[in-house]
Amino acid sequence: MKLSINGQARDIDIEPDTPLLWVLRDELKLKGTKYGCGVAQCGACTVLVDGRATRSCVLPVSVVANSEITTIEAIAEDATGKAVVDAWVEHQVPQCGYCQSGQVMAATALLKQNAKPSSEQIATAMTNLCRCGTYNAIESAIADVAGSNKG
Amino acid sequence: MTIHESPSQVSAGEVKVSRRTFLGASAGALVLSVGLPGAFAKLQAKTGEPGANVAAFLEIKPNSQVLFRSPFIEGGQGVFTAMAQIIGEELDVAPDQFIVEGAPAGQVYQILNGMRVTGGSMSVRMSYDTLRKLGASARYLLLQAGAAKLGVPAEELTTEPGFVVHKKSKQKASYGELAATASEFKAPSKLELRAKDDFRWIGKSVPRIDVLDKSTGKAEFSIDTEVDGMLYAAVVHAPHLGKEPKSWSNEAEVKEMPGVDSIHKLPGAVAVVATSWWRARKAVEALKVTWETGKDSRFPMPEAFSSAERIAHLKTVQEPKLTGEKTGNTTKALAQAAQVVEASYDAPYVVHGQLEPPSALARWNDDGTLELWIPNQAPEMFQAHAAQVAGIEADKIIIHSPLLGGFFGRHFLYDAASPYPQAIALSKTVGKPIKLLWSREEEFLRDAVRPAGVATFKAGLDENGKPIALEAANIGEGPGGRWFGRKEGKADDSFLEGIRGKSYEYKNHLVSDIRVLDPALIGFWRSVGHSMNDFFYESFFDEMADAGKQDPYELRLELLANKPRQKHLLEQVADLSGGWKRGPYTAKDGSKRARGVAMASPFGTEVATIAEVSIDKEVVVHDVWVAIDPGSIVNPAVIKAQVEGAVALGTSITLVEELTYENGQPHARNFDRYPILNRSKMPKVHVRIIESGEAMGGIGEPGLPGVLPAIVNAVCVLHGQRIRSLPLSKTQFA
Repeated sequence: MKLSINGQARDIDIEPDTPLLWVLRDELKLKGTKYGCGVAQCGACTVLVDGRATRSCVLPVSVVANSEITTIEAIAEDATGKAVVDAWVEHQVPQCGYCQSGQVMAATALLKQNAKPSSEQIATAMTNLCRCGTYNAIESAIADVAGSNKG
Repeated sequence: MTIHESPSQVSAGEVKVSRRTFLGASAGALVLSVGLPGAFAKLQAKTGEPGANVAAFLEIKPNSQVLFRSPFIEGGQGVFTAMAQIIGEELDVAPDQFIVEGAPAGQVYQILNGMRVTGGSMSVRMSYDTLRKLGASARYLLLQAGAAKLGVPAEELTTEPGFVVHKKSKQKASYGELAATASEFKAPSKLELRAKDDFRWIGKSVPRIDVLDKSTGKAEFSIDTEVDGMLYAAVVHAPHLGKEPKSWSNEAEVKEMPGVDSIHKLPGAVAVVATSWWRARKAVEALKVTWETGKDSRFPMPEAFSSAERIAHLKTVQEPKLTGEKTGNTTKALAQAAQVVEASYDAPYVVHGQLEPPSALARWNDDGTLELWIPNQAPEMFQAHAAQVAGIEADKIIIHSPLLGGFFGRHFLYDAASPYPQAIALSKTVGKPIKLLWSREEEFLRDAVRPAGVATFKAGLDENGKPIALEAANIGEGPGGRWFGRKEGKADDSFLEGIRGKSYEYKNHLVSDIRVLDPALIGFWRSVGHSMNDFFYESFFDEMADAGKQDPYELRLELLANKPRQKHLLEQVADLSGGWKRGPYTAKDGSKRARGVAMASPFGTEVATIAEVSIDKEVVVHDVWVAIDPGSIVNPAVIKAQVEGAVALGTSITLVEELTYENGQPHARNFDRYPILNRSKMPKVHVRIIESGEAMGGIGEPGLPGVLPAIVNAVCVLHGQRIRSLPLSKTQFA
């Protein structure tokens, strides 16, 4: 099966129903994307599929054979992604950090679609769970990026 | 080679220096370790082990970077950064020049009175002096090396971050250049520490050293570790702890599944080893297993167990009472009271819900050692237990402690609650390294849960509505007693924390422990007993105040009249929130709101909390104000982040979390049936840090206990009825 991940063509031999998450982690050793629940509840596994934030733990890899997949490993190569990472550092968002790959991906997808999201739009888009309770810091970081964007 | 021999009795915090390469220390690096506290050193002297296996804490690399092997594990609480600040302050190295990693198992790292755990909010407050001394000793040695190199008297030298400086001759030498020769000198046992007024990093909001890696997916957790040649394993546990796999009916079919290597019986579980975790999981979940009652479990889960019945039963138990705290004579005072108020409260089982599911990587090495990469809060305890499991000596077990993807008490040693015994067994059988990961569903089944609890209260009021007596009983069992021992016939203080140890003064006061052992596998959970006991107590406080027609804030101030630290803190949180007002009142957005207040004294820190809520079919928590007095501080930004996180977790268990059991099984096996706080329910959090100068208290847990009663007390103002059971999602609001 041919996949396009972080701008690179990858050829893998895998059962087509394998969730994308496990292809990334166990086959391609891209371990920044995390397993949290396996049922698309927590968002730790969020990646971009053709630019949209997508939960990879329930997504059969065969579905994305013709899509462009972006993972946390390449996010800082994207201008918006870099701005998000910078804001994450500036606002000292992570605590344990386990959910933050997914949070950064979700925030990047949001800001790529909507450069100046409102507080409500942030709330609607950012449904990833964080057990450490970094929600307010995440909102401040996103608002900061949005504030710097020309709207 | 050790430069000066470890004496048979070392004083607390004494620093030893070694030039030998240890754990791959760079050639020429300065390597330092810290001696053990007195009492434990004596014990070690008897057993003949001191210094025999001294591991290094601190390495100064040729490029002047400092590697610190932290006795405490980083799991989001910011401890690695705090360690870098404390040592860096004395050593004169900026915290961002530190590389901090979790130390291996070893007695030298047991610097908390001869033991170590990352828990009890102890790490910084209990190692602060030792680590400052470590940093100061290393700086002293570098100064001596600088004097030799620059050919000037050491007294004329000073340091600036990363350098020894001779101002007179305008010469300087980097720490990296001096590291090799520094280890030839000996540090004096007494060293002057930096004056507080001169602190550059301690007490400042120094950026965390792990934030960039955690924002770019580079941080490595246990789940991410791997070694060459490893296979993956997944397990399915018996539906009830204590049951064993008897047989399975479809072995041939499962063995045919892609990537399957082998199928295994384990204590209380079945496992499949395969070429990827997903394949292992699919296969093990396809296995049709028959379970039978086993013989060996220490904590068998009764097949008929119901959490609702457990809580109902706890409410009926009145004896025997073990006295935990007593002042005056409550029986007499209650008999004389103008009014008696009684109530009972309950809180449910809750899971840890750390987002990283437990995993273990086990590798048997050719030299007879066993290497484990495991999430843990206590490396030596896990090492000792792993030795029993593996049937080898503890010193043959190498424990790696990667970053924890959240912990909140999850990764202590709790009988069947950890995957590493399974990984050890599978790796031995298969003859290859094994990477075992529990699915979230298996984690819900085998987590060591925060116990459900019940407390009963009886207060006597005088004719003016002022309390003259308070009796409280906490009914159930706490994890402290179960896992770290308790005495028959004596109250378990850790079980009672948050009901005993309150700051209010009553003339007559009695706190009792009514012990009813818990059938569930129970564990420590962020703030432990406080996570429910302060809810019970501070809610009843408002109930008592209402019965006596007292304002709950004013009554707290009255009962704290002789406690200036706590009284001041209560006034501070009121000030932070714009002045105490209970409500109900109408907010700018038209919603009807109210506020609740609560105090807590957890882990050596004092906390006062106010919450503002409204009710729109369900409870909305708008703002939480927290005034926290940890005595003295290391990093205010980390404290604020920890308080914010504690508010989130406290709000979560107040509003939505509850693990119920029927027929001995949890109703929820994932977050779909066990909601946790999401962004939409997160309140705004306002934190004021007060440094009273009292002994340093904990930070990771103390922000939590006051959140529950502050919210519930506010809700009850609007609801008009007292709510005595959590979570609030069980209550129907109009």
